[in-house]
Amino acid sequence: MIKVSHISKIYHNGIVKTVALSDVSFEIKKGEFVAIMGPSGSGKSTLMHILGALDLPTSGSYTLEGQDISKMSEDELAEIRNKKIGFIFQAYNLLPRISALKNVMLPMVYAGVAKEERIKRAQKYLKMVGLEDRMDYMPNQLSGGQQQRVAIARGLAMNPSILLADEPTGNLSSVQAEEVMQIFKKLHEQKHTIVMITHEKTVASYAKRIIKILDGKIVSH
Amino acid sequence: MDFFELFFESLNTLTVNKLRTALAILGIVIGIGSVIALVSLGESSQKSVQEQIQSLGANLLTVMPAAQTTGGVRGAIGGATTLTYEDAKAIQTDAQITTIKNVSPELQRRTQVTVGRNNTNTQIIGVVPSYAEVRRLSMASGVFISQRDVDNMSKVAVLGPQVVSDLFPTLTNPVGQTIRINKIAFRVIGVTESKGGSGFQNQDDVVFVPLTTAQKIIFGVDNITSLAIEARSEDDMLETQNQVGYFLLARHKLSDPSQADFMIISQNDILNTASQVTGTFTALLTGIAAISLLVGGIGIMNIMLVTVTERTREIGLRKALGAKKNMVITQFLIEALTLTFIGGIFGMIIGVLISYIISRLINLPFTISPQAVFLAVGVSGIAGVLFGLYPAKRASDLQPIEALRYE
Repeated sequence: MIKVSHISKIYHNGIVKTVALSDVSFEIKKGEFVAIMGPSGSGKSTLMHILGALDLPTSGSYTLEGQDISKMSEDELAEIRNKKIGFIFQAYNLLPRISALKNVMLPMVYAGVAKEERIKRAQKYLKMVGLEDRMDYMPNQLSGGQQQRVAIARGLAMNPSILLADEPTGNLSSVQAEEVMQIFKKLHEQKHTIVMITHEKTVASYAKRIIKILDGKIVSH
Repeated sequence: MDFFELFFESLNTLTVNKLRTALAILGIVIGIGSVIALVSLGESSQKSVQEQIQSLGANLLTVMPAAQTTGGVRGAIGGATTLTYEDAKAIQTDAQITTIKNVSPELQRRTQVTVGRNNTNTQIIGVVPSYAEVRRLSMASGVFISQRDVDNMSKVAVLGPQVVSDLFPTLTNPVGQTIRINKIAFRVIGVTESKGGSGFQNQDDVVFVPLTTAQKIIFGVDNITSLAIEARSEDDMLETQNQVGYFLLARHKLSDPSQADFMIISQNDILNTASQVTGTFTALLTGIAAISLLVGGIGIMNIMLVTVTERTREIGLRKALGAKKNMVITQFLIEALTLTFIGGIFGMIIGVLISYIISRLINLPFTISPQAVFLAVGVSGIAGVLFGLYPAKRASDLQPIEALRYE
């Protein structure tokens, strides 16, 4: 489903050339729960951006469900992000001025889903992450764990091909982290494809496969 | 994405920082308000000047003395003394001149008028009865100068209301009283109604006497200082001007029109000149108002740029969740347009209010210029798009990863 072959990413900052990824290749199958591990500066965030269609590789190719992402225009990438990828960020990244429900509805707004349908789906996913009684709360009225669960509901809203989580427990206490990981476990059981970036071994242990990355190269998978 | 949803969302974001939003709107309010107020006031003053000129009489031509040439030497403009009561009578009776309704020869000079210890320096106008009709004069009490008064050189006078209050401070009706003009006693036979006295001269500060009396008894002259001719209709004005011009040239035995010892000014000439002056003034004021509108627009752009910078993370997130470029542009454009639109509405209300208050204060007719309203609203819309477009473009150009990383 995800096929990454010989991907490199080189940043040019004036005269300094930084190689973030060099010749990375791997595949992820449908329904897999994969953790990408590596210390900071290893290139795992760059990899995550490329997998999330937020950035394009300098060379190599990336196909998602048979579509070659590496040569798409900006608006085509926006469409891919909207329909095929569910993002879960370390800092939750909810819009602060709108309710949990409306945050979950946001990707569906951009996809042009009808209003009634949006509300129905948003309620369904908020229920799934255990926030049926918090739907009209503003993000700042929710705990970090609850905010991250709203973010997971938002990530699921468009029923994407992959859920892409970037250090999803990085800002959470261990209790809250445990709750969030239980949701990931449940989603994996429901056959969602999950790619998670983390540097914590306990969190990574929930995944069924671990890809280790160091200095822009894959060291084991 | 639905337009109304975008609109309500932008309203939502604009209420977050209310003071800043209000200040941004204020710039537009002042700009639009001043454009509407100034253009409206300019138009009302133009209208007021036109009304005043028209109140002097409609379809009016005025023949004035020009320079006189004696022995090849051309005198000063207005110095000619060749225009006479006889010219007026000839114009009135000549069979060749077909388009005129009334002729009013006038002799105007200032002199001292006294009643007991009260005295005033005022305008004496020697007139014939047709003056009242040509100049739209109506009587408050008594009668106007009659043809008999003119024929008999009677020592009678009709006073303007200003002269009445100057000379008879305690008397309400001076008809029958005696006044002295140049020490000669005159009987007051009437008082005119007030014509309002702003603009060029106070039309109420006058004393009317029979033309012949003014010429022979008061001033000792034979000429007249102006000859007002009322044409039958507005369409006859040009024809009348030509007929009278050729008639007077012939009568004064002048073959070359450039040597004419008179000039003919039509009411339209005066009207056009006055309109031009007020029009220029209005344009100037509008220009200044337009600058304040521009400044208001720049204020909007400034706020929008700040907003874009502040909301970099939000924009990044929206793009990560699938917002396309033009969706982001639309969102920010709607925000800018909402600002200018609200400003436009308040500016319109305030502009109309100001022009109403000022026109009340300085006694002008109250007009709202529809062009000014359309212009101001149109300009504010254009300003919204123009000044919103650059910030919106900047927002849409943000790279999602850069924006998400932004703290």
